Amino acid sequence: MRLVKTEAPPAASPLEVSGVTAAYGSEPVLWDVSFRVPEGQLVAVVGPNGAGKTTLLKVVMGLMEPAAGRATVFGKPFSKARQLVGYVPQRGSVDWDFPTDALDVVQMGLYGKLGWFRRPGRREREKAMECLEKVGMAEFAGRQISQLSGGQQQRIFLARALAQEARLYLTDEPFAGVDYKTEQAIVELLRDLKAAGGTVVVVHHDLATVPDYFDRVVILNRRLVAEGPVEEVFTRENVSDAYGGAVSYLAGAE
Amino acid sequence: MSPDLIVVVTAVLVAVPCALLGTFLVLRQMSMMGDAISHAVLPGIVVAFFLSESLGPITSLLGAGAFGLLTAALVEALKNTGRVKEDASIGIVFTALFALGVFLISRFASDVHLDLQHVLYGEIAFSPLNALIVGSVNLGPRSFWTMGIVTAMALVVVLLLYKELKIATFDAGLAAAVGLSPALVHYLLMGAVSVTTVGAFDSVGAVLVVAFLIAPPATAYLLTDKLARMLALSTLLGVASAVLGYYLAASMDVAIAGMMAVVAGGFFSLALLLSPSRGLVANSLRHRRNRRSFSRKLLLARLEALGNRTTEAELCENLGWEAGRVSRALADALRGGLVLKPAAGEVTLTRKGREAATGPQAPVR
Repeated sequence: MRLVKTEAPPAASPLEVSGVTAAYGSEPVLWDVSFRVPEGQLVAVVGPNGAGKTTLLKVVMGLMEPAAGRATVFGKPFSKARQLVGYVPQRGSVDWDFPTDALDVVQMGLYGKLGWFRRPGRREREKAMECLEKVGMAEFAGRQISQLSGGQQQRIFLARALAQEARLYLTDEPFAGVDYKTEQAIVELLRDLKAAGGTVVVVHHDLATVPDYFDRVVILNRRLVAEGPVEEVFTRENVSDAYGGAVSYLAGAE
Repeated sequence: MSPDLIVVVTAVLVAVPCALLGTFLVLRQMSMMGDAISHAVLPGIVVAFFLSESLGPITSLLGAGAFGLLTAALVEALKNTGRVKEDASIGIVFTALFALGVFLISRFASDVHLDLQHVLYGEIAFSPLNALIVGSVNLGPRSFWTMGIVTAMALVVVLLLYKELKIATFDAGLAAAVGLSPALVHYLLMGAVSVTTVGAFDSVGAVLVVAFLIAPPATAYLLTDKLARMLALSTLLGVASAVLGYYLAASMDVAIAGMMAVVAGGFFSLALLLSPSRGLVANSLRHRRNRRSFSRKLLLARLEALGNRTTEAELCENLGWEAGRVSRALADALRGGLVLKPAAGEVTLTRKGREAATGPQAPVR
């Protein structure tokens, strides 16, 4: 196994985490985590519950101040690189009874570019409609969001990230609670984003699909267990190191 | 201008900002923050009362509004210690500030006209009596000025920050990620609610203003699926509660602000019962209709399985239903021409019934 990566480091990595330590109260959730994501890759972030995956996203997006270390996006702090990042939160983090329709939610992806006070207009509507078409949800544009299935809601969120026209996408468990067909559709979309030159970081829960879906993997359990190309670091040894004990999911992986 | 009209216009000027801002309180599941702020601004009201002689309505509004912001900040700080949950934080902060207000009134304001009764329940009937006089010029009812400013402020906040309020309310994480600070939006909203509460206390009182903040938006929420329509509808309902409430109170000779809140509550009850999409009546009708078609389909399928000719008693036993449900479902199928009763107690399927029984099983919805 090579420990030194051979690819030449690009000028600025889409996402670089150096020495990040973060804590809630006195309990550290992330301990001295460092890694660098190369451009144009599909990256899974895996680890058991409480491993600090969501905290890592929070630190990256500047929603939480790390106790030590820093995270940069294309070489800049997040606040200076917002326009380059598309964000897909967990589906359960919003109230789907909110009085609005699918198209409107997708338009929210354009609010950042509009900035304060400017209202979305026809151009934004058209752009949002295009993104809905890309995720195969155009016919649901006017549908009240609570009337959508879980998989459809997830696709709306992805359409919204598409509207952000980002170069780095941060997605928090996009596969949670969706059926097989939707999962495949979402993977297709993530691959499209990558094909268009984007870098996609996915907080992921299903170890069995890691080798199929991703190029690289970050294995976390408060500290960094391993990071690198899936075929190199997604080993039984590393995974059981992170999850503790034997992991039966890994029958096929080695 | 007639005193009647002054009272009604004042009430409308209370209802409009409350409906607009209350919509976001309800959607953010922060209705109780409205309640908390309306009480916690009491010390602000007392201070404003002493200052208003020299400073005029705008300055005192802003000064008192600061107490609302203080409430929001303290609740947030207390919650962030991780030792107290949000509901308890709200309870602790607003009662403490309210108590401070009670203390200030009883200590310093006992000899002027500012009593708790007035603060809590307001007296909109007095609004025609308080004119704003600058120098020796009478500028009209004081409440017009105060609430006019408040209404304009609420309109500016909601129109200018419509998109920001929407994204911060629906998805604070995304709002933060794209740089539209949800914290800033939160405090702006809290500030606006505070100013509105302080402005409104004189007419409807600190307690009843909560009815104007919450009831019209909660009613509108039951009636529409679009945020813009919810804002418009809730404004309309607020205004209707104010106007209707006034004339009902006048005809029955009861407390005006109280009657307005009763009307607002009445609108809510009506919507809860009768809303076409979310009302309880529509819901239970839908439920019954579904249950009926479900029973009918099950009955036909079972009849088919039993060889297409059986007795009502056998069906009863086979389906495990009580006799009433079977005979209701049978009567239903008979009306639809799906079954026949060739002899007493006997049941068979018609051709149409057989098609319905063997046809594709429609999902039960």
